[in-house]
Amino acid sequence: MTGDHRERILQSVRDALRPLREHGHPAPYPEYDVASTVASRRLTGGPSWESFRSNLESVHGVFLDSPAALVSYLHSRDAQRGYCDPALASSVRRLLGPDFTLDTVFDRDQIDLYAFGITKAAAAIAETGTVILHDTRTSSRLGALAPWIHVAWLTRDSLLTSLGQAVSSLGDDPNIVFVTGPSKTADVESVIVEGVHGPGEQVVYLSD
Amino acid sequence: MNPQPLDRFAERLRPEVRQSVHLGCAGATQARLTALTRDFEDPEPLRRLAAEIRQHTLDHLDTYLEAAESSMRRRGIEVHFAEDGETARKLILSLLRDHGAQRICKSKSMASEEIELNGFLTRAGIAVVETDLGEFIIQLDEDHPSHVVRPIAHRNRGDVASTFQKHGLGDWDDRPEIITRRARAYMRNQYLSSHAALTGGNFISAESGRLVLVTNEGNARFSLAASRLHIALVGIEKIVPRDRDLSVLLGLLARSATGQHLSVYTEFIAGPKAPGQPDGPEAMHVILFDNHRSTVLASSCREILRCIRCGACMNVCPVYRQASGHAYRHVYPGPLGAVLGPLLRDPAEFPEMADLPKASSLCGACQEVCPVDIPIPDLLLRLRDRTHREKIPSSGSSLPLREWSLLASHPLAWRAALFAGSAVNLLPPALLPSAALRTWSQHRTLPKWRGGAFRAWFRLRRRPGGPEAEALALEAEELLPGTPV
Repeated sequence: MTGDHRERILQSVRDALRPLREHGHPAPYPEYDVASTVASRRLTGGPSWESFRSNLESVHGVFLDSPAALVSYLHSRDAQRGYCDPALASSVRRLLGPDFTLDTVFDRDQIDLYAFGITKAAAAIAETGTVILHDTRTSSRLGALAPWIHVAWLTRDSLLTSLGQAVSSLGDDPNIVFVTGPSKTADVESVIVEGVHGPGEQVVYLSD
Repeated sequence: MNPQPLDRFAERLRPEVRQSVHLGCAGATQARLTALTRDFEDPEPLRRLAAEIRQHTLDHLDTYLEAAESSMRRRGIEVHFAEDGETARKLILSLLRDHGAQRICKSKSMASEEIELNGFLTRAGIAVVETDLGEFIIQLDEDHPSHVVRPIAHRNRGDVASTFQKHGLGDWDDRPEIITRRARAYMRNQYLSSHAALTGGNFISAESGRLVLVTNEGNARFSLAASRLHIALVGIEKIVPRDRDLSVLLGLLARSATGQHLSVYTEFIAGPKAPGQPDGPEAMHVILFDNHRSTVLASSCREILRCIRCGACMNVCPVYRQASGHAYRHVYPGPLGAVLGPLLRDPAEFPEMADLPKASSLCGACQEVCPVDIPIPDLLLRLRDRTHREKIPSSGSSLPLREWSLLASHPLAWRAALFAGSAVNLLPPALLPSAALRTWSQHRTLPKWRGGAFRAWFRLRRRPGGPEAEALALEAEELLPGTPV
């Protein structure tokens, strides 16, 4: 059924474009340098973690780069139990100490039990304060999404400069998500409320 | 005067609705401007580049459609084509039945609104939940979105509180934060108990076959993570040639829509979930959907297909701000809808929508804010011309232009009319000689008739001096401020 539709749609599109091809000037593909699309005013600190941090904070994300800061942040939020990527669990346990409970399997029936989720991020974008999650490197999509606090675990070598650089090198992963700050809405009277379906607090932890 | 349907609709709007629409639009317009000027020295070249990318894609759509199809298939995405709404609806239903899906979570999709999918699926016994907060409220209210980005632009917090109360989502509470928390709690169970996720698509890259989905709430991300089957209904015009083009379009989309530099969740999907990933669909189907788009492509208004649905044109439009989205009687409101609405209908139904292209003062603000520089005012004129050529009886035409042109081309008659016009200053509004003026003055005060001031000023330029002339000059200065007298 949809085979016929395929042919018919392609034919109507070709027919629609024929006069343009024969008598007009179809618009050429604009050659441009991806660097020209960068919002350079967002990169005044250069392509650095400092720029990343300031752009992340501009969307109310939280940047932490020491174990002590992470521990005190989670304490301040009274977040004692969370989901953690099994591959990170032993380092995170060492880092957080005995006050926290980590689950390494995300149990959908216990979705409200997790105050935080700690998962690996594949990269970060300095220009936009974005963290990039790859399906192949994220232990659980829900673990990174359902808890109120998401801690994206990043390494220092994973910084990309710009959105243009990031979208030009997406690679083979079947599902990539760019996360820029906490989940939010402004549907009701344009009032911004954070934490709609995803995390209300987006934390980036830069590990050494 | 024969008021346009849009005017009649606007006249009946509740003041609260008008206020919600107006505040939302003014805020979004300002946010857009702030974001663009904050981040770029000159955003214009970017806007032009985006326009060129989109126009190039449209001018080669046959090539890019086939390229996108083959890239998607290579990634393990099942690709379908649907010429019309009927086909798309049946196809979606049969995919759901094949997978035994009785419940679906839906992310905001204007394409699905075009084909009234929710009603169709519900009648077929499928439970459908809209997951975007605004769309969820629309669904509870059995209403229709009135804006492409802010579906409940026409509702205020009190309305929403009443809706939630009525549907057992808690006691009446109009705090946006409480409303949002309640939706969060409710929706999680919906996600986890749904078999399938239905989404639209913001873009498809012909190069990589990636479907790009943009949300702020994370609803699309959540419904995909929790379900086993992903169906995306995407208009055939949503293709971009290469991945790199997304950097131009995503930044402009977010800034133009909400003043963000990037939306919170931008998902690039190329097939079912990765092996080893516990969450996410095992099958992904993309339905490339025509529904008159190829007819639009063949028309003199094909530039409208560049649209990336940011809503900036409606936010800035003085007509939309007064009339709200429902006045456009179609899924797509505002200047976008005034062009696309009539064109996405069956050609036989064009006359019913032919008043919409007239619902504009051609002020040009819509083109100025458009991230892909669609010449909307020109397109409106082309559609007006079509109305004229097809001799469609015009609802809403209106200004006595023939009389005006007579006056304007006869200097003596013009002078007499200017003089006679001053009589208006002495008439009570109810006795005004024109029905249009009477209607207009019901809610407003007419400015004092000053016909002739320009002529007086012009005479003065040649003959300056004298106290009388000075008074006239002052009056002229008031009329034409800043003009050297």
